[in-house]
Amino acid sequence: MKVALFVPCYVDQFYPQVAVATLELLEKLGVDVTYPDSQTCCGQPMANSGFEHLTHGCNDNFVNNFSGYDYIVCPSGSCTLHVKDHLHATNETAAGAIRKRVYELTEFLTDVLKVENLTSHFQHKVGLHQSCHGQRGLKISQMSELVSPPFSKTEKLLHMVKGLELIKLSRTDECCGFGGTFCVAEEAVSVKMGIDRVADHIAHGANYITGNDMSCLMHLEGILRRQQSPVKVIHIAEILNAAE
Amino acid sequence: MEQKTQDHAILADKFNKDIPRVDWHDKTLWFIREKRDKAAWQITEWEELREAASQIKNNVLDNLHDYLLEFEKQAQQNGVTVHWAADAEEHNRIVHAIIKEHGVTDIVKSKSMLTEECHLNEYLQQQGITVVDTDLGERIVQLAGEPPSHIVLPCIHWKKEEIGELFHQHLGTPKGNADPQFLTAAAREHLRQRFMTSRLAITGVNFAVAETGEIVVCTNEGNADLGVQLAEVHIACMGIEKIIPQRKHLGIFLRLLARSATGQPVTTYSSHFRKPRPGQTMHIVLVDNGRSARLQQESFRNALKCIRCGACMNTCPVYRRSGGHSYHYAIAGPIGSILAPGLDMKQHADLPFASTLCGSCSNVCPVKINIHEQLYEWRQVLVKNGHVSPAKKAGISGMAAVLSRPGIYKFSGAVGRWFMKYIPALVNNKLNPWYKQREMPAVPKQSFNEWYRENRKQNGKQS
Repeated sequence: MKVALFVPCYVDQFYPQVAVATLELLEKLGVDVTYPDSQTCCGQPMANSGFEHLTHGCNDNFVNNFSGYDYIVCPSGSCTLHVKDHLHATNETAAGAIRKRVYELTEFLTDVLKVENLTSHFQHKVGLHQSCHGQRGLKISQMSELVSPPFSKTEKLLHMVKGLELIKLSRTDECCGFGGTFCVAEEAVSVKMGIDRVADHIAHGANYITGNDMSCLMHLEGILRRQQSPVKVIHIAEILNAAE
Repeated sequence: MEQKTQDHAILADKFNKDIPRVDWHDKTLWFIREKRDKAAWQITEWEELREAASQIKNNVLDNLHDYLLEFEKQAQQNGVTVHWAADAEEHNRIVHAIIKEHGVTDIVKSKSMLTEECHLNEYLQQQGITVVDTDLGERIVQLAGEPPSHIVLPCIHWKKEEIGELFHQHLGTPKGNADPQFLTAAAREHLRQRFMTSRLAITGVNFAVAETGEIVVCTNEGNADLGVQLAEVHIACMGIEKIIPQRKHLGIFLRLLARSATGQPVTTYSSHFRKPRPGQTMHIVLVDNGRSARLQQESFRNALKCIRCGACMNTCPVYRRSGGHSYHYAIAGPIGSILAPGLDMKQHADLPFASTLCGSCSNVCPVKINIHEQLYEWRQVLVKNGHVSPAKKAGISGMAAVLSRPGIYKFSGAVGRWFMKYIPALVNNKLNPWYKQREMPAVPKQSFNEWYRENRKQNGKQS
């Protein structure tokens, strides 16, 4: 099984430790992982701003980097969903294959690798922020709006981590307000949504807020740090890769 | 056409100057979302109901022409006069002509989002007609000189103390009395006089049954019935998408509507109006106003399935924290944001961007409109039609250029991080909207790309 590691651009630039944790975790689980060196971005920032027609260059570059692998794994639900829904390129056959083979990290672990045990240890009270695109787009967990049985791929993995105490939230899957360019274009509402999300975690005793998307966590981290809160954000890959 | 004042982000920013009010607004609407969840969970086949409603509405949209003609024929056989209006202006003219024909100057009107969409009240007032909205929430915003901020809960942005003051000014209730029961009684008394004296009543339409030519109006206050039963003339105004094929389909929609809207099992009144009573005249005005144009737009047509329950507003984290008026359109929230640009792209170009695309709206929608996907599609259409600021266009074009070229991406990433690390004031300033209320991420010493070259490539792993 040949797996390519797809690292979101903002993770590459600002949160390299998340990509390192993803790589190490997959390697620990015996996966043959390659990081295609010339990757940049999935094109979502342009597309969500209404400029999908300017993503051709980005898309062709993506296809050049990620063709020929059995799976493409990404530590972000949002970037994964974007590729799944919107990747079109000059080589449309290759783009189609990638759309089918791209997985968000936790769904790759539960659905492809079928991980049942982990050796990780993380002795903290943790709140899980369900990022919308992973949840409602990729269906990583059940959505509170639907009258359907509950499940959560992310929680399933977090329950395998020794010492980790997962806290409950008042609003299990409310958006944090990041929303890509929304976070600056609608600054007031974006920040208010983030403040409210953070407050829910803090009220329930979280020491860490984790999630599948570093973009949401970056926004929540910005608010926590401005509040000088001791609560930290941590990507789920870092928890699942945390040493014994 | 509406006069656009300011865009959503600016109006939302103003709304957020009063944080306790934002918190109260958010919690009030979230409470209704939770009531909706509880009501939905009482129905084990809820998701099947949504699917059935969605399929029926798909069928209606596919065969709208035939259903409309069937409805017209049945209604005419029932003794109803049917009018067709191509747009808001024609609708308003038709309604005014009927009012004039009967020599009426004072009318009552129950809730109708269509008449809000057409700005009927303003039009009739200009013609010297006094319109009294009889839905309590609508009457409150009417007294305040405001449009509704929510399609089901028109005055959800008003606190009871403020309503007490408003009633004190307009209805002469004692100053400082904000007891909801007392204020409701005062409104009842005030409205009773209007009901008793009005010879003409306008209602909206929730569902129009093609098979029987009847219309169904859902209210909690019985105000539509009171108006119609006491008036000589009944005018019902409806968008052409309100059709359902048969009476038997009503059960599905009535089970979904109130549960989705407020968490009630059903509205207090689901009133069927089929034919005028002896001596009464009944008119139905069927309004297009952009609907048949939308029907031809593959990406946007199924917004016409909307039954105006407002569930998408109650669940929307942006709506709850920005208020209905920030959408500057008769229908606020997610559904309004995909309907409004269809009528006027220039006026409403900001609305599809007033969303994080979280998708909660599509999940609560009782007729399964893919609202968040349409928001995304509208963004593409708006930009292609030039409804985008030059600054944003330049910024995104620059971004696309960098992200298409791995070498330039790596170089500019390194340069950007260097500047953030050594000259943080370049980004940590008032001009950066991120930094206003949030810290920037700490700058790592190297990118993952750089780390990988150092730590993996020498181990023989080449990409």
